[in-house]
Amino acid sequence: MANSQAMCTSFKVELLNGHHAFGTSVVRGATTPDTFKAALYLVSATTGAGNTVYTATGEVSGTGYTAGGVDLTGAADWIAPSSTGTTAFSTPTNSFVYTTVTLSTAFDAVMIYNSAQGNKAVSVHTFGSQTVTAGTFTLTMPTNDATTGLIRLA
Amino acid sequence: MITTTLGDRDETTLDKREGTVDNDNELTTWVEYRLPGSEEIIHRSVHVRLKRNVTAAPAVGGF
Repeated sequence: MANSQAMCTSFKVELLNGHHAFGTSVVRGATTPDTFKAALYLVSATTGAGNTVYTATGEVSGTGYTAGGVDLTGAADWIAPSSTGTTAFSTPTNSFVYTTVTLSTAFDAVMIYNSAQGNKAVSVHTFGSQTVTAGTFTLTMPTNDATTGLIRLA
Repeated sequence: MITTTLGDRDETTLDKREGTVDNDNELTTWVEYRLPGSEEIIHRSVHVRLKRNVTAAPAVGGF
């Protein structure tokens, strides 16, 4: 059996768990997972890979919606990172629910960000343009596995 | 009872419309309520189930 060049799968999982710091890291007060939030963005916004932190620019506004969005919920906000094959993955534990809101201007994106670490951006996910009127917007997560998990390091 | 822009209303008194979008990115269902004979939406709720993820594909360099 020959040696094989690879990024170790365990390393990918450990990246998601914050075990490695190749550069300047942050001081953590505990080993518990960070807390995260999810904010919605207008169709006219330009959020994406270039965002480094949460921004209010282009965020939705309306009755019942609080700037910054909603807290992720669960015993931990994310399902504990794991791997299958050589892919590490994790997915938020629960759906994001914006209850009794009126968002009249069309929106089509959600930004997940780390509210425990200076609101650093994690990811942006898009969907079909929506409005909500005196109703609830629910964003349900895909199945947490190596194929469909919301965040994957393949 | 349905929460509307006009306050809570009995669902049976409203015009209900539903729809679904199913594609590679999402499965979305929505429900709208109007007063009978009106096109003004007084309630709209949406449920989006994401299907697509974001993936980073790490690469290791050779010598």
